[in-house]
Amino acid sequence: MRPATEAELAEIIRATNAPISVRGGGTRAIGAARGAVLHTGGLAGVELYEPGALTLVARAGTPLAEVEALLAAEGQRLPFEVPDLRAMLGRVGASTLGGVVAENASGPRRVQVGACRDSLIGVRFVDGSGTVVKNGGRVMKNVTGYDLVKLLAGSRGQLGVITEVSFKLLPMPEAGATLILSGLSDAQAVQAMAAALGSPFEVNGAAHWPGQGTFLRVEGFSASVAYRAARLRAHLAAFGAVEVEAGTDRWPAIRDVAPFAARPGDVWRLSVKPTDAPGIVARLGAEAVLYDWGGGLIWALMAPGADLRGRLGAFQGHATRLRGDGPGALHPEPAGVAALTRGLRAAFDPRGILSPAEAEA
Amino acid sequence: MEMPAPNTMVLSGKARIVARLRSVLPADAVIDDEAETRAYECDALTAYRCPPLAAVLPRTTAEVAAVLRICHEEGVPVVPRGSGTSLAGGALPTADCVILGVARMNAVLETDYDNRFIRVQSGRTNLSVTGAVEADGFFYAPDPSSQLACAIAGNIAMNSGGAHCLKYGVTTNNLLGVTLVQMDGTVLEIGGPYMDPGGLDLLGVICGSEGQLGVVTEATLRILPKPEGARPVLIGFDANEVAGACVSDIIKAGVLPVAIEFMDRPCIEATEAFAKAGYPDCEALLIVEVEGSAAEIDEQLALIKAIALRHNPVEFREAADEDQAKRIWLGRKSAFGAMGQINDYMCLDGTIPVSSLPYVLRRIGEMSKEIGLDVANVFHAGDGNMHPLILFDANKPGDLERCEALGADILRLCVEVGGCLTGEHGVGIEKRDLMTVQFTPDDLEAQLRVKDVFDPKWLLNPAKVFPLAATASRRAG
Repeated sequence: MRPATEAELAEIIRATNAPISVRGGGTRAIGAARGAVLHTGGLAGVELYEPGALTLVARAGTPLAEVEALLAAEGQRLPFEVPDLRAMLGRVGASTLGGVVAENASGPRRVQVGACRDSLIGVRFVDGSGTVVKNGGRVMKNVTGYDLVKLLAGSRGQLGVITEVSFKLLPMPEAGATLILSGLSDAQAVQAMAAALGSPFEVNGAAHWPGQGTFLRVEGFSASVAYRAARLRAHLAAFGAVEVEAGTDRWPAIRDVAPFAARPGDVWRLSVKPTDAPGIVARLGAEAVLYDWGGGLIWALMAPGADLRGRLGAFQGHATRLRGDGPGALHPEPAGVAALTRGLRAAFDPRGILSPAEAEA
Repeated sequence: MEMPAPNTMVLSGKARIVARLRSVLPADAVIDDEAETRAYECDALTAYRCPPLAAVLPRTTAEVAAVLRICHEEGVPVVPRGSGTSLAGGALPTADCVILGVARMNAVLETDYDNRFIRVQSGRTNLSVTGAVEADGFFYAPDPSSQLACAIAGNIAMNSGGAHCLKYGVTTNNLLGVTLVQMDGTVLEIGGPYMDPGGLDLLGVICGSEGQLGVVTEATLRILPKPEGARPVLIGFDANEVAGACVSDIIKAGVLPVAIEFMDRPCIEATEAFAKAGYPDCEALLIVEVEGSAAEIDEQLALIKAIALRHNPVEFREAADEDQAKRIWLGRKSAFGAMGQINDYMCLDGTIPVSSLPYVLRRIGEMSKEIGLDVANVFHAGDGNMHPLILFDANKPGDLERCEALGADILRLCVEVGGCLTGEHGVGIEKRDLMTVQFTPDDLEAQLRVKDVFDPKWLLNPAKVFPLAATASRRAG
């Protein structure tokens, strides 16, 4: 099924009683599709782009690459640095804006500018009854009614099929630099990243790749980048020598978890309190890890079928398996939160037809 | 303003309900004397008043849960209250409600600089959150203009913004977790000192729900390192259109100021008469503030100056020192006080796409003339959040009604050009009946269903946000 309009999509949902899996480019969904697959690629096109207001409105099936090119031509970008996980997940296809929103996909710059949901200012969607709903809009300050925009971001097709999204944008920086610290233990690296992120020098990337180094990124006007890199170097002197590399070419590999692409095994994504991260990694027994978000995000490569949750025990945060087979990919919720999740799914999709496999993953 | 008729069963059960509340709270935490409940009869929207059945001032999450459990069993509506600074009537009571005030819950529970968060009880005031961390070089970014008085609980309820959200976002972008007490007394931890939820973003919909989904008793807030410095410039123009074009050009050039404030002539004249900040005699002025080291500030301001000069400003005023910087902000910060000196005023809060600015200001001017009430405009130009101030005389019969009619027309205009009814103050009772201008019945129904899930009996702040007609059957139980 590939509706060409929102009205057609609503009609398809009203007419069916069977499960539907929603797919944009099929590049990042967790869990296999079950039932009929509804492709959103027909709902494509940019509806409004105002560079002077840092605002973009586009249909959900619009290819991400097309939007990134359009924004780059005006010296702007989506703030949250969308990861491209295709190589790591073994997928092909072209990511869509709707898929990015449905997974709340956010890269290294999340530490400074927030996640996808923080840049999302409006949505239209078709709920599980085939009703068209809009929320938010095209302005960046809006508290009119409940914020269903946030609720739809990261909802993974379970509350509705997103048909249109609005973003606030940011200017592309004139320059960038990467600071590299070497030989730090995981615990030292997290301390160094905390020191950098707690400084006024506007670090917008902080990652630790064991064996390769600890990386910090600054972006902005050229003179500013040079100034901040120098100040950071002095600020971090206690952690050893700091090499400053011009540019930010290393960051796509970190964003896309490239080191795991060619290696077999399950891939897990953990969101944790940054200073807890080294202790958590010590319990995991992972084959490899990559720390992003100053330690707040752990990418873990595990032996196939390894019982990560069993090894981990209780911790503040959550873990999701993005690559690997079998049940248990999603983090179990405490009873009270799970009850609200069930209630919201029933409220938006009373027949339970939207993305049932994704919900159970 | 129409409010639902009080539930007579609740009114007649007052003695029993108050006795039950006293059984779970310390003696000084339950207020039911009619003279004393008057202290809670309104918030900052003072045109509407109604003393509650009782007010409770719990000190712990467990006490909040006990209160809500009793009210849930008794079918008593509960109106949560932070500091009572809502301009939208968010904390306006009904005669049959219990006001649940969190003001006594104001402790800092945990400060963690390595992980850049602070956990506080929700009655703590906005400014005192920054106060708790600023000696160590950190701050809490959302800065509503009532920040000296307003509580974090109210900030979360209204998703409050402030002057600096172009760079730092609003409350929802700086909130990591909450302890939420549901109407039936269930206590939930949602989010925490880590980023983004594993499942649905419940935190995202709780923030900005105006106290209708649960009572937030504790919050984990993101704190940020203070910038090295900040400096404003003042730019005067002889037309609103030119000022609007200048804002757009600054943004397109890739500069991201922390604040871009806009004042029109009526506002400039009123504040000048009051605060004597020495603002230029012009149609429109911008205050643009940038952050960074001295050299970084110089670089950004040089770029802004080059852009501004292309628009032939009446004046481009730089601040050579801290004192001059303060004088640039003086008039803007006195704007609301200046208006209060002239007359009563109503402060609107609609947001518009920045590109519609000249058209909207022209239309507001025309509408103001037609109805015969003056309007002064001051607003956050970077994000399109307007604050038209309508001047009226509360002692003159009919003036409040005319003022409200003009306010409604201005908000309809905001929606018409692609904006919204409220950018940071919330809907409350003030804009409740205009919700159908911005939303279709289906849009509203989706929101009402969220409340059904969190508060099936519709007891939490039930008469707010949505038109009463749209919620009547739900409120009836």
